[in-house]
Amino acid sequence: MTWRSPLALVRDALRGQRAREKDLRNLASNLPYEGLEKAKQPNCYFPGNAIKTTKYTLLLFIPMNLFEQFHRLANIYFVGLAILNFVPVVSAFQPGVALIPICVILSLTALKDALEDFRRYQSDRKLNNTPCFIYSRKEQQFIKRHWKDVRVGDFVKVVCNEIVPADLLLLHTSDPNGVCHIETSNLDGETNLKQRKMMSGVCISDLTVQRMFLTFSCCREKPNKEKVGAGIESLLLRGCTVRNTDHAVGFVVYAGHETKAMLNNKGPRYKRSKLERKLNTDVIFCVILLFTMCLIGALGHFLWLQALPGVPPYLVPDGNGHLDSPSLSGFYMFFTMIILSAILIPISLYVSIELVRIGQIFFITNDIDLHDEGTDSRVQCKALNITEDLGQIEYIFSDKTGTLTENKMVFRRCSIMGTEYAHKENAIRLAVLDVPVSEEEVILNQQPRPPRIGWSLDTEDSNPEDKWHHHDNRRKSKVTGNAQSDAAFSSLLEAEVIPDRKLLQQISRAESSSSSRNIDPYLDFFLGLAICNTVVVSMATARRQRVSGFSRSDQTSSPLDTLSSLVKKSGSLQHIFPSWQHKPKKNRTISEDSVEEEDHVKPPVKIEGSGDTNKLRTCSLHTPSQSAMTPDNLSYEAESPDEAALVYAAKAYGFTLLARTPECVTVRLPSGEDLVFEVLDTLTFDYNRKRMSVLVRHPITKEYVLYTKGADHAIMELLGTPYTEYLSGKQKNIAANTQHHLDCYAKEGLRTLCFTKKVVSDKAYESWSVNRQRALAAIDNREELVMDTAVQLETDLSLLGATGIEDRLQESVPETIMALREAGIQVWVLTGDKTETAVNIGYACRLLEEEDLVINMSCGNKFACTSMLDCTLEEVRRYSEDPRNVDTTQNISLVIDGRTLTMALSSDLQKRFVDLAKRCRTVLCCRVTPLQKSRVVTVVREQLNVMTLAVGDGANDVSMIQAANVGIGISGQEGMQAVMASDFAISRFKHLKKLLLVHGHWCYTRLANMLIYFFYKNVAYVNLLFWHQFLCGFSGSAMIDYWLMIFFNLFFTSVPPIMFGIMDKDVSAEMLLGVPELYRTGQGAGEYTFTTFWISMLDAFYQSLVCFFIPYLAYRDSDIDVFTFGTPLNTISFFTILLHLSIEIKAWTVVHWVIMLGSVALYFIVTLAYSAICVTCNPPSNPYWILQRQMADPMFYLLCIITTVVALLPRYMFHVLRNSIAPSPLVKARHLDRLDPSTRDQCMKEWRSFRGIAHVRPFRLSTPPSPTLETPVDIHPHSSATSDIMWDERHH
Amino acid sequence: MGKVKGKSGPLARRPDNSAFKQQRLPAWSPMLTANTVLPFFYLMALICMLLGVWLLLTVQSTQEIKLDYTEAGTCDICFEKRKNVSNAAQTCTCTVVFPIKKALKGDVFFYYGLQNFHQNLRRYMDSRDDGQMVGRKTNLKNPSSYCEPFTKNQNGLPIAPCGAVANSIFNDSFTLTYHGSSGPSIRVPLLRKGITWYTDKNVKYRNPKNDNMTLAQVFEGTAQPLYWQKPVYELDPLDPTNNGFINDDLIVWMREAAFPNFKKLYGVLYRASQPFTKGLPAGNYTINISYNFPVQYFQGRKEVVLTTLTWFGGQNHFLPVAYLVTSCLILLIAILLTVAWWKFGKNGKRMEE
Repeated sequence: MTWRSPLALVRDALRGQRAREKDLRNLASNLPYEGLEKAKQPNCYFPGNAIKTTKYTLLLFIPMNLFEQFHRLANIYFVGLAILNFVPVVSAFQPGVALIPICVILSLTALKDALEDFRRYQSDRKLNNTPCFIYSRKEQQFIKRHWKDVRVGDFVKVVCNEIVPADLLLLHTSDPNGVCHIETSNLDGETNLKQRKMMSGVCISDLTVQRMFLTFSCCREKPNKEKVGAGIESLLLRGCTVRNTDHAVGFVVYAGHETKAMLNNKGPRYKRSKLERKLNTDVIFCVILLFTMCLIGALGHFLWLQALPGVPPYLVPDGNGHLDSPSLSGFYMFFTMIILSAILIPISLYVSIELVRIGQIFFITNDIDLHDEGTDSRVQCKALNITEDLGQIEYIFSDKTGTLTENKMVFRRCSIMGTEYAHKENAIRLAVLDVPVSEEEVILNQQPRPPRIGWSLDTEDSNPEDKWHHHDNRRKSKVTGNAQSDAAFSSLLEAEVIPDRKLLQQISRAESSSSSRNIDPYLDFFLGLAICNTVVVSMATARRQRVSGFSRSDQTSSPLDTLSSLVKKSGSLQHIFPSWQHKPKKNRTISEDSVEEEDHVKPPVKIEGSGDTNKLRTCSLHTPSQSAMTPDNLSYEAESPDEAALVYAAKAYGFTLLARTPECVTVRLPSGEDLVFEVLDTLTFDYNRKRMSVLVRHPITKEYVLYTKGADHAIMELLGTPYTEYLSGKQKNIAANTQHHLDCYAKEGLRTLCFTKKVVSDKAYESWSVNRQRALAAIDNREELVMDTAVQLETDLSLLGATGIEDRLQESVPETIMALREAGIQVWVLTGDKTETAVNIGYACRLLEEEDLVINMSCGNKFACTSMLDCTLEEVRRYSEDPRNVDTTQNISLVIDGRTLTMALSSDLQKRFVDLAKRCRTVLCCRVTPLQKSRVVTVVREQLNVMTLAVGDGANDVSMIQAANVGIGISGQEGMQAVMASDFAISRFKHLKKLLLVHGHWCYTRLANMLIYFFYKNVAYVNLLFWHQFLCGFSGSAMIDYWLMIFFNLFFTSVPPIMFGIMDKDVSAEMLLGVPELYRTGQGAGEYTFTTFWISMLDAFYQSLVCFFIPYLAYRDSDIDVFTFGTPLNTISFFTILLHLSIEIKAWTVVHWVIMLGSVALYFIVTLAYSAICVTCNPPSNPYWILQRQMADPMFYLLCIITTVVALLPRYMFHVLRNSIAPSPLVKARHLDRLDPSTRDQCMKEWRSFRGIAHVRPFRLSTPPSPTLETPVDIHPHSSATSDIMWDERHH
Repeated sequence: MGKVKGKSGPLARRPDNSAFKQQRLPAWSPMLTANTVLPFFYLMALICMLLGVWLLLTVQSTQEIKLDYTEAGTCDICFEKRKNVSNAAQTCTCTVVFPIKKALKGDVFFYYGLQNFHQNLRRYMDSRDDGQMVGRKTNLKNPSSYCEPFTKNQNGLPIAPCGAVANSIFNDSFTLTYHGSSGPSIRVPLLRKGITWYTDKNVKYRNPKNDNMTLAQVFEGTAQPLYWQKPVYELDPLDPTNNGFINDDLIVWMREAAFPNFKKLYGVLYRASQPFTKGLPAGNYTINISYNFPVQYFQGRKEVVLTTLTWFGGQNHFLPVAYLVTSCLILLIAILLTVAWWKFGKNGKRMEE
């Protein structure tokens, strides 16, 4: 580096600042400047790619860490005390000694911080030294460098399966279509592939063209947390992995800390738990107590001095031989007393709590029951300091999709042009799939199952008995689909759809008969299914595995195979299945037939399609290769599982999505011909529109066709002209019929989607296209503008049909919800789904019971809402106050929809709504937006002042998760946003049961008991000193050696409570799970209340009185000296404090014994060693040989025994009496724990049944219980069709 | 997650199914209910009762004679005299006569006692230099600042031993005379040595190293404490080895008493000669007191205590009584619990409450 004037440095710095902060950044390639010194390069103002996430630097560690630590009030307090001790008039101890505790605490914390920081440094260094390829002009090729060498303006090559080192603008890819597939699981956890296009306007066909590199410069928007700016579709973000693409070259636009990944990285979250907030008030109590004691000391000293008749020889004047006046001495004494009783404020408390939490988190994450084998993931604790909140939850707000349900979408039914196709066989297949799980399972149950179980083809598939059996089986073992989950979103469960026969016939009829088949609604419907999505096609053979995944080749047999194997075993059903096994083949036969038919009608479409537009060329380049692609080994990867399910459904009917690039979509028709649609635009899904559209150009008709799919209410209001072909009178009812079907679907708990088509005229497209381009190019309000253009186009749609997709309940959801409810937790479900869907799922997961009073709130305007709220509230009040309902449990449920909810949550109705909701056992909120979700949580949390927990899996749950006291993310199918925002991440909903009921309870009781004990311990110990003041003229003298006092707190009695906080187990996990009611003990105030706190304070006072005055009375009038008197006191209170803990410890394991006995041993060894070494140290105590002498004196032991016994007698007796006369549920549970397992289970059952909660009812999935629901005939048009089918098949 | 990395294959992140990690360690969980603790309560009551009775019997066998001599006998004159500080240099002796009605058998310990004298005040306790007392020469000449203001005298000489504790040493001395029913008065022989802790005398308190120098030479350049009549190296005129910092009386005094009312050992009865071989016989005794220590500044009392000891200390009825009372208390609770047990039946079995 050459020397540069400081002025130039400042100027450069300013310029750099400006360059970085400009909204648009001008970047130039580094290549022309290669070899120049750094300052001369155009991009020198932008940071390099090396990242530094460490908080400290080596040199500045100590000052910075100290600065950090002194943000804690407690630390300042203790340093203040230590400083106070240096003031001679008030010092209680040798000045240096008082520094020890604070130094130990500070250095411990600093050590912890340093270790953490070092770990960060190591990972930074590893990351910075990851190799990558940077283009070098000198070498004329990409040379291997490190990530840290990457700078803005460089050209970087990333090869397949490598991680992108910085935010790159994609310039070149090996893919002929100019796309690059990336996986963003490192960023947001989404495992599906995403496509990135090459920068438009830049064309690099050959890497040898280097002039391009030299002249290239580009403008980028300033990095910003909200948006990365235009051109996201050609930006490779740091942290993504390149997949399915051999290599890609990009231009670095953001590096290092300016990359989006780094900007989004917010680090761990810190919440303050309820217990901790309460703890702080108790610390304040302690401060008040301390001040009271100090005041008493000061006043006492003053009075004592006043009462002296003269100047006794023991009153020591100051250096000048001058005695302070009594009042001044009293004033000084106040401070001396503060120093003396400083331990009253537990200095090690905060450190201990942190240690306890680390231990608790260790045990939670190591719980094997919370480990999901399907994804091989453990529970993750992201928030480190709210473990105990898990034990106090009163309200749970749950998302539905993906949280209660699997989020494994299975195509169930569809309705096309107002006609319903029930897909009965498909339903049966799904039902059957539940049964055969693994070979072992089947072998174990050798006896053939009675045929009616599982797949009886009765039309009433809602037979509760049968359903019960299914789910019983499902619960026993894993769902097959679950085992497949390592392949992203495409388990066989979803992939295999058995087509409806009637619909197949309809399609083949449409294909064969209609000459103008391109506008047949059936074909359009399936084209819509296949096209209107963002599914990425990948070859099944090249199917990506999740990083942590493992192959389960043995399980990849098709469900049909499994089915047939089962059939072989259970013999009696063979007459049903052969037909199915042949089904796919038959399907293909149809299409082959039609191919033959079609071939001579139309020449191959490919030729026509190609050469059409410039862009399409790339697509057609691709088509030949696809001919090799058989539809069987395709797999679809979608951002949302619904899309994949729909594409698979379309595939089952022969409409196979073969390829999708940003420019074109290739679909193979049942006839076998491949249609290449040019994609003109994709109007992506958003939560406001609740729909998505794809605008394509039909290769044959050349029409601009807009396929839209979306939630029914988002579509129905946009309907315009009915489908052209069906203008005749009866078709007027298409919308009405479809709506009716949709309602029925929803009642069955299916997710519904509507499909529409719109033919856009050329002119309209042209004008819209201009708007669209403008919106896309806009920089301000871009998202809004883009959405507006989408809304502009999505009008006047013609309805094609609707689909019903089943999202199955996760295993053990009903049981979990039952248990949570028994635990006194109110469970709310907030979902974006339709009311009917939500209600049905509510019944399925036993959130709603049949005898419940379900209040359905849905109203259009605020006035109606107000009156409705008032009425309902009044009624509910009357209902609950009705003496006849006293013995029944509160069973009112509220179902409310999003619109009404908005009104109910407005500030004037809020109170009434909360009042109503409080009285309801369950609240279902349907059609709510993410923002409403968080609003509900906030309102309930604040109005009712309760502990809330929100659980969800998707990005739409993030705000709710953040609003709740405890946020739980389910790492499911919808990416990691929820998990990122959460405090705890689990993989299945059922894990919530153990997490709350067992770990929550344990963590809470452990920490609460430990806190109480900590306060007790300090008060009991400090009061010994306080009582001593009454005998020494309140002079602030201590009878215990100060070192021993420090050791006492820091070593002798600190480990047992920490172990107590980590390992104590009041009730076994089995009992807690078996009797969820036990969870109630922690709710509300729990065990750590005002009373328990003050009872233990009183106990501490009593014990310290005993520990001081029994030895005092025993030694009174003797020749005992101060420190010889202090030693048995110290020992006695040591034993008392430890034995007190022993009374509180509920279960003694080896660890407990080792630590307790170890503490005793440590006490004696350290004290003996200390008193053997210390001849003149630490005046005036000089503990030399005191303990040794005491231990040779029988009096010492006599005192130890009597004092400890008397001190602990009340607490012991209190425990015994309470446990004997009025045992708490926890005590009863502990009693049961001691019984042998069989008796215990029996007792547990009795207990639960006595409470009248747990009568087990059969569980139903799809019986709509609402009396208003008529079973429409057209849903089951062929209730006896099964035999038909069979007959058909056999003759085929 | 560092530990997890080692594993590979399927379920690599599956936690160990060990008893510790799954919190399933075998545990002993005691139940604190009436039926389980009753035996323990009765046992405790019994043990305490037995100990209490034993201790009580032991204490009963001891004897103690306390004699407040502050203004007793002829000491009232001295008491008045000491009220005036100007008379501090004057000596004053007085005599107190007292009877012993029952002989004190065994070892008899002679204590002097002070009431209302706070040796446990913080500033007072601190006002000493253990480094000086352990014989460090630097500390001898440069006493620790803890001794302020008793570090230097008016002439600027360092005080040895410095500090308020040494300064305020109890300086009354006693001679006890036995007036037997027959025969002449016999001076009761008291052992004035060996009344300290062995470790104090041999480790904690040392005279500065004197290479063939007399003690007086060693202490040259130091001054005696302000209240002292003689320097530290002349404390015991009879025994030259009992002078300086290792003087027994000084060591006893320097061990600061825990409570304002305390006693300190003055001597032990020397039982070598008749009639004291079995202790102190009954009869009349007189104590000659060299009355120096003023107590009126703190309304104190001075006393002499003659006592025999038990294996667990002096005559103190508190401990046996405490044991007996505790025993009764535990018994009471045990009975209460028995009643509870009878009334509420077998605990834990009834879940329907």
